[in-house]
Amino acid sequence: MMDLIKQVQKGYYKEQVDDFSPGDTVRVHFKVVEGNRERIQAFEGVVIKRKGEGLNESFTVRRVSYGVGVERVFPLHSPKIQKIEVVRKGDVRRSKIYYLRDLKGKAARIKEQRR
Amino acid sequence: MKKAILARKVGMTQIFDDDGSAIPVTILEAGPCTVVLKKTEDKDGYKALQVGFEEARRKSLIKPQAGHFATAGVSPFKIVRELCLEGSEDYQVGQVIKADIFQQGDFVDISGISKGKGFAGSIKRHGQSRGPMTHGSRYQRGPGSLGSIDGARVFKGRNMPGRMGGEKVTVQKMKVVQVDPEKNLLVIKGAVPGPRGSLLMVKDSVKAS
Repeated sequence: MMDLIKQVQKGYYKEQVDDFSPGDTVRVHFKVVEGNRERIQAFEGVVIKRKGEGLNESFTVRRVSYGVGVERVFPLHSPKIQKIEVVRKGDVRRSKIYYLRDLKGKAARIKEQRR
Repeated sequence: MKKAILARKVGMTQIFDDDGSAIPVTILEAGPCTVVLKKTEDKDGYKALQVGFEEARRKSLIKPQAGHFATAGVSPFKIVRELCLEGSEDYQVGQVIKADIFQQGDFVDISGISKGKGFAGSIKRHGQSRGPMTHGSRYQRGPGSLGSIDGARVFKGRNMPGRMGGEKVTVQKMKVVQVDPEKNLLVIKGAVPGPRGSLLMVKDSVKAS
């Protein structure tokens, strides 16, 4: 039964998914259709979670724009995502960094991971 | 009904459509169904096809059933259902109906037995609204008034709590997203009635124009 589901999903996986984890600052290049014109829109922010597995995996990017927190959820394998660019590797201790939502200003920074 | 096929619900997942948006889909294992018997106007008073689905072992059948399949000259089946198709005369006994009767982009109606919900209240069962939970309300999920005092009885058809689910449900105009006749797969956009592994009937949509 599960095999049949996997067979259907097979063709929809991305060949290669850019490697990133929660805490990283990423720039997501997302295709937007306006009327019949298509353009690439970038959304930059901190990855606060990765959720689900397989084809259903998604991730949430949070950014503060004009003082308002904005979170966007992207399906990881979406063909609309052209590229996920890791701007900064973050050093965090959990996989879901929801505590970031309650922090403001200087406190809302994430340490950069040392390589 | 011009075409129909029996199917098993495999499960749900999500895939991406042509413009890249994620769509929820249900995967069905549809067919192959073999025609076991043709019901005719002269003999039975109506026209239909009796089809078998999912092969059975000879041992698991009682003798009359085995004899029925032997007369038709087909292998024994676990499930036998009648499909009242238009133009059922054109089918031959032993003919196999496969998933390729449907094409990508077709609309279908799907019938199945819905999940049993047990004894459900009138909010869940009939979509009634509840009373306020606070402000001293004392009336939360009850069925409400059963009618006026003038009627001196409860009229038939009053929505009341009771057994819910476990009945035949048909969802109409479901879009076929993918067809794979080799693996007997039908991929349908959206949800269909019943739990995983339940028997479904997929037929051409009455509403599709």
